[in-house]
This record gives sequence, structure tokens and C-alpha cells, in this order.
Amino acid sequence: MLRVQLVKRRGEFLLDVDFCAPVPGITALFGRSGCGKSTVISLLAGLLDPDEARVQIGEDTLVDTGRRIDVDARHRRIGVVFQDSRLFPHLSVLQNLQYGARRLPRGTPAPVRFDDVVSMLGLETLTARRPHQLSGGERQRVALGRALLSQPRLLLLDEPLASLDLARREEVLPYFERLRDSLSIPIVYVSHQFDEVLRLATRVVLLDAGKLLAEGELAAVSRHPALREIVGPDAVGAVMQGVVEGTDDAGLTKVRVGDAEFIVDESAPLFQKTPGQRIQIQVLARDVIVAASRPAGLSVRNAVQARVVSVEPDVGRAVLVELDIGRTATLLARITARASEELGLGPDKQVWALIKAVSLRGHVFTAPAR
Amino acid sequence: MLSPAESEALLLSLSVAARSVAFNLPFAIAVAWLLTRTRFAGRTVFDAFVHLPLVLPPVVVGYLLLVLFGVRGPIGGWLHETFGIRLAFTGTGAALATAVMSFPLVVRSIRISLEGMDRGLEDAARTLGAGPVDRFFSITLPLIAPGILAGAVTAFAAGLGEFGAVITFASNIPGETRTLPLALYTALQTPDGDALAARLAAISLTLGLAGLLIAEFLARRLRHLLGR
Repeated sequence: MLRVQLVKRRGEFLLDVDFCAPVPGITALFGRSGCGKSTVISLLAGLLDPDEARVQIGEDTLVDTGRRIDVDARHRRIGVVFQDSRLFPHLSVLQNLQYGARRLPRGTPAPVRFDDVVSMLGLETLTARRPHQLSGGERQRVALGRALLSQPRLLLLDEPLASLDLARREEVLPYFERLRDSLSIPIVYVSHQFDEVLRLATRVVLLDAGKLLAEGELAAVSRHPALREIVGPDAVGAVMQGVVEGTDDAGLTKVRVGDAEFIVDESAPLFQKTPGQRIQIQVLARDVIVAASRPAGLSVRNAVQARVVSVEPDVGRAVLVELDIGRTATLLARITARASEELGLGPDKQVWALIKAVSLRGHVFTAPAR
Repeated sequence: MLSPAESEALLLSLSVAARSVAFNLPFAIAVAWLLTRTRFAGRTVFDAFVHLPLVLPPVVVGYLLLVLFGVRGPIGGWLHETFGIRLAFTGTGAALATAVMSFPLVVRSIRISLEGMDRGLEDAARTLGAGPVDRFFSITLPLIAPGILAGAVTAFAAGLGEFGAVITFASNIPGETRTLPLALYTALQTPDGDALAARLAAISLTLGLAGLLIAEFLARRLRHLLGR
């Protein structure tokens, strides 16, 4: 477990955050550009001095300004992958990979093995090259390998995909997924792209203007009003955590969320969907239909009973309806205010939520459900 | 092809220029690093002091060296008594005078490289466990190598032609401090020396041109190695 308390003033800007990151798994630091995410990374890595701070990894205290503890950046054993990769241009890929490993103090436990990293990140054919001969995606893979081989206790990923185009991001993302599921250290992932967070993180720390707005499981933070403003109206939607139950006879994935069962048309081909796997599904608010009774003769695959929690004004003439579908699982539905009036929606009203299987985007985690 | 006096002056010039560069580099790297990476009181004055040889008449630099490093000067006297080293009126003295004159050029060149270098790379090295000295030698120094090389070549080329400071501090002793420009000057002062002066000028010209071409070639090689 990583525990972080940081205060840093920079002119008018005040960063004041306090959060935890569990082991294993990815904790996403999410917020707009300029909200202080990268400052948090610099402070954690020890490249910037905090005004006040306490940072603990497990039992080890790295920084405690109250007790005048401040471990130098070079002794923190925190692996950092920067947005711009920062590979050393005068060294080969192999020398870059070995840079941190060669500087480990004698007797440091080295559970991360060179051959494993090279094969996991697909670097076999790249080792003799120089950084300028690599593509953007390859560079980030090498940077990730270099960080891992320094045997870190914590991995910080500072917008590692932000400088890549969409195709390159798709090329690198699976490596992060594999890493998340195989590594036993906390990973902090900074991003301003919510789809990356959705795909990689189980826990989210939401930042705005240097302040912590929300912290918790992705499913809980996905309903936070502040998140809606950051991601924009089109990306608003609840995230549900479920467990893969199997495939139906049409080849669609069956997922159990709380008491409800969902049919998901999972097109991401990266993982085998085996029963028991954990899955995060995002349901965009604009894709949810609210019905007063269970309809018949519709193409829609998913109809679940729900209880209205709240009806709030949304963009334009729409309202945002929060629906409880049991066992703390929640959906958000965006419908017109007129429709809401006609259905007589209000707290505790029982309704049906309808979602097309093809509207559901699921991201599988190989770690079994807790 | 060359007369003994000519080849003597040529070799001496090469030797003085090479030694001046060797003197220069460690100090120039240290000063450039101080000026780009640290903030201290009196930095502006220090910066101006480093650049003085650019604006002072070379004769003045030679004179100041004579005052400081002469056998009766505070530094020269100490060197003479403790180690038996004499700088004034020697070849080593000529190299020292040349080094002082070209020092600002070298500092400038290295400084530009240091300012242009991505400091994020040093941060990355730090997170990977490299200490300050380690970072300097494994990251900073290789990355500013093109600037060091450019500075060294400029200093070498300028050093071949240094006249005023050398003749003032080290005098014009054949075989000891009479470099190409000094030999050329001597030839001009001698009746019937015109032909010799012309030959010496031609040698200087060839040398300068060769130097520039070699520098360009080396810079290309280095840039290629660094992947730019």
C-alpha cells in the first residue's frame, strides 16, 4: 500500500492531496491538464521538493517533513515512465535497459529478471538499436522496461501514452494491462484520457486545480458530478464492476453485476473471457433507455429492474437519472426532461433500464474477483 | 619542402595550440557548468570576468599574466620556488597565454550545449539510481560532447594564431616560443624576409582550412552517434 500526503505551493497554485494506492493494481490520477497530476509525480519521485509531505510504501517512509525524513530521489527505488520517454540518446536500447539495473546497491533483491522484461515487452529485436531508430510506441516500451529493471517498489507512469497517436496507443496499452496483472507493486498512472483510466485502473484519484475531488473505486468515482464536467457530456456514464459468467449460445459474453446479468458484445480481442474473470463495464448515460414496464418486441438484449435514486438537471433539455440496480451497482441515464415527466420519475420509483449489448464496453482484468 | 625554421615554427604552433586546449577544457567545462547550473552571489561579475579576454587587448592579457605568473609574481613565484616551474618566456607559458585568450570561446561553446540539453534526462538518470558525479559522466558529458568538440576546435584554430599575449608573456624565442605568427612577424621585420613571410602565411592558411574541414567531419560523426 502506498500512502501519500503532499502540499506544494507554486505561486498562486496550491497542491494539497492525500490518497492511497493499493497493491497490486493501477491507481489512476485523473484530471484536466494543469490540475497538478504531473507535480504529484515529480514530488513522489523526489525530483521536486514538497512544502509538506508524508509518503510511505508499505512500512518504509520515503518522506516525512515533520520528522525530517527525505530519501534522495536516487535511493527511492521508484520507477518513472515519462511522457517523452527520456531514453538516453547516446546509449543503445540495451544500455538504456541496463542503466538502472547496473546502479542497484549490492544485495538489492532483484525479482524482475532481464529476460522476462524483454520478452514481456517484446524488445528482443530492438536491443541493438538507438533510441532515435525507434517508433514512439517502441520508445515507451523501452522506457517501461528500463524502469522495471531498476527493481522499483512503486511505478509511476506520467501520461505515458499522451504523445502517441491512436494506433500507437492501442499498440502499447496491452503491455500496461499485462504489467498490471503480473506486477506486485503499486502503480500510479497519470492520465487525462478517461478511456485509458477505464481500461487500466481499478481505483481513481480525481484532481482539479490541485485539490482532491474524489478518491475510490472506479465504479464509485464514475458517478461523481465533478467527473462529468471533466470528461464532457458525451463521455458521462457509470462504470460497473462485474464477473464474467460465460458465453451465451450466440457467442456474447454474460457478465454478472450485482443481482443483474448483462449480455456484452465484447469486441476487444485481447483477453480470453473465461468465467470468474473480473470485468469493468462502462455504460454511457446516453445509451440507457428508461421504461416504466418491461417492454416486449425490442431488439435490446439487456433489461434490468432498477430503482430511481435521483433526477438531476443535465445539459440542454435533458436530465440525468441515477438508477440503483442492486448491490451498490448504479447506472446513469440521460433522457429528456419531458420523458422524465411523462414517466413520472422521482426517487424510489421502480423502472426498467434497457441497454443494447453493443453499447457496452467491457475491459477485462485477469485478476480474479475479490 | 619546408625549411628547418619553417617546420620548427609550424610544429611549435601545433604544440602550443594543442597544449592550450588541454589546459582549457577541464576549467572551461567546470566554469560553463557553474554558469548554467548554479546560482550564486557574484555570478554576473564572474561571467564578465570569464569573458574579459574577448574585449581586452591581447597585450594587456600578456602583461597581466606576466604580473601574476612572472618569476616574481604571486603565483609564478610560488610555482618557481615550490616546483621549480617557470612559465614566463617558455613554451608552456606560450600555451598558457594562448589558453587564457581562447578560454571564453570554449566556455561559450560548452555553455550553449549545456543550456540546450534536456535536463529531464538527468532527472531520469536520478530516478534510476545515478548520483551527481555518475550523472555528469554518464549522461551530461556525452551529450555535450559536440559542444566540447566545437569549443576545442575553435580554441585550437584560434590558438595557432595567437600573437599579442604570447609575445608579451612568453617573448619571441626561436624554437621555444616563436610560433607561426611570431615567425611571420619576425620575417617581416627582416630585410629580404618577404618570401619567407609569404610561405608562412600560406602554411597558416592551409592549416586553418584543414582545421575547419576536420572539425566539420568530426561534428557530423558525433551528431550521427548521438542520433540527431
